[in-house]
Amino acid sequence: MTWTWFHRLGSPPYVYRLAGRLTPWFGWSAGVLILAGLVGGLVLAPPDYQQGDGFRIIYVHAPTAWLSLMIYTWMGVAAAVGLIWRIKVSHAVAAACAPVGASFTAVALATGSLFGKPMWGTWWVWTPRLTSELLLLFLYMGYMGLRASFDDTQRADRASAVLAVVGIVNVPIVHYSVVWWNDLHQASSLSLAGKDTIATSMLVPLLVSLLGFTLYFGAIVLVRLRGEILRRERATDWIREALA
Amino acid sequence: MSPPPATLTAPLMAARLVITRDLMLAFRRPEQLLQPLAFFVLVTMLFPLSVSPERTTLRVIAPGVLWVAALLAALLALDFLFRDDAQDGTLEQYALSGQSLTWLLLGKTAAHWVLTGVPLSVMAPLMGYTLGVPASASVGIMLTVALGSLALSFIGSIGAALTLGARRGGVLLAILILPLAAPILIFGSRATELAIRGEAYLAPMELLGAIVVLSFTLAPLAAAAAVRISLE
Repeated sequence: MTWTWFHRLGSPPYVYRLAGRLTPWFGWSAGVLILAGLVGGLVLAPPDYQQGDGFRIIYVHAPTAWLSLMIYTWMGVAAAVGLIWRIKVSHAVAAACAPVGASFTAVALATGSLFGKPMWGTWWVWTPRLTSELLLLFLYMGYMGLRASFDDTQRADRASAVLAVVGIVNVPIVHYSVVWWNDLHQASSLSLAGKDTIATSMLVPLLVSLLGFTLYFGAIVLVRLRGEILRRERATDWIREALA
Repeated sequence: MSPPPATLTAPLMAARLVITRDLMLAFRRPEQLLQPLAFFVLVTMLFPLSVSPERTTLRVIAPGVLWVAALLAALLALDFLFRDDAQDGTLEQYALSGQSLTWLLLGKTAAHWVLTGVPLSVMAPLMGYTLGVPASASVGIMLTVALGSLALSFIGSIGAALTLGARRGGVLLAILILPLAAPILIFGSRATELAIRGEAYLAPMELLGAIVVLSFTLAPLAAAAAVRISLE
């Protein structure tokens, strides 16, 4: 088996072109799936017998909350790969992920509090789940703040990579906070093992929406990655040729 | 520099030498010892002034007050951990010494805990007493703050090392460390609360102990990597 496909991923020109080719695929499929998920969730799915139409915010809230965690993990893995094998493109991926992840975390917090107002009677409660999500936002902010405090891109890359790897420790704590503390927050509706506690007509749009948002994240990161590579490689010849 | 005697090359010995050196330096410049303590007392004092001097109110919020004050004092003290040694080139010599930087930083962080965490944990029951906490809870408070500040010293060493080369280190250090310190605060204040109520506080202490073991074993590795990056 040949590993050239993998090695080529370490080459900025190759990744720059690959990201450009992949972006429309990710973008369009994300658009179609998000639209389908939203139509399925907002129009076709029946209202919840307890929560009425209020539960429908789950079709935005759950995917963003899931992505806020997934992107952090993804960022940590990319940063670790960059740190260990000194792959510049990996660091660029981690750098491209951070603002996207922070935005998804902010959206998850905002939609969560929009859901909380009619359901719990308040915009904000200090449940472990909400608190952990807020902490995640600060982890993203710390990561971006550390990156911004270095002038040299390589030092920023490596220092923030250490932080991202350390921060990964926090991701399981966020996840298991639901299990550890009993609180107001709903138990997860989705589980891979065991019976789901959600009707199929509600579940299918949720999964479609989840996939759609994930692909959307992919598209955004590819665009940002191209930007990062352009910024980092601005002094090289291939950039001048690529942009000519 | 003459090569170190052969008997001292073991990493533990090197770490011990670093601890001795740091303790000696700190006792010659006692402001490093006293400033975090003064800060701890001041922050604790802010609560009677701002919330209420009523002992019944203060007793309820005492665990949280003690832990927030101790956390902030320890955070402030983290600035002392590497700053001087980075400025006078000692850290660079450590990195070049051929000794494991991880072990040397483990020693530095342990010394830092002896200089800040231990005094804080001795001071905490006293401040608790002023907040209306019964003296019977003293041992419990001392143990929880000692354990929590140990974990915080190690987790904080990563942040202190990362911000060495950064501009505007102070606020950034707080933003980096406080989210990671949240579990310490949760379990620590829970244990203190149970100790104050006279109940068994072993369960949160064990979780705190788990965090200590995790940070004790992993944080020096990350801190060493961060110090090397800052020296580049």
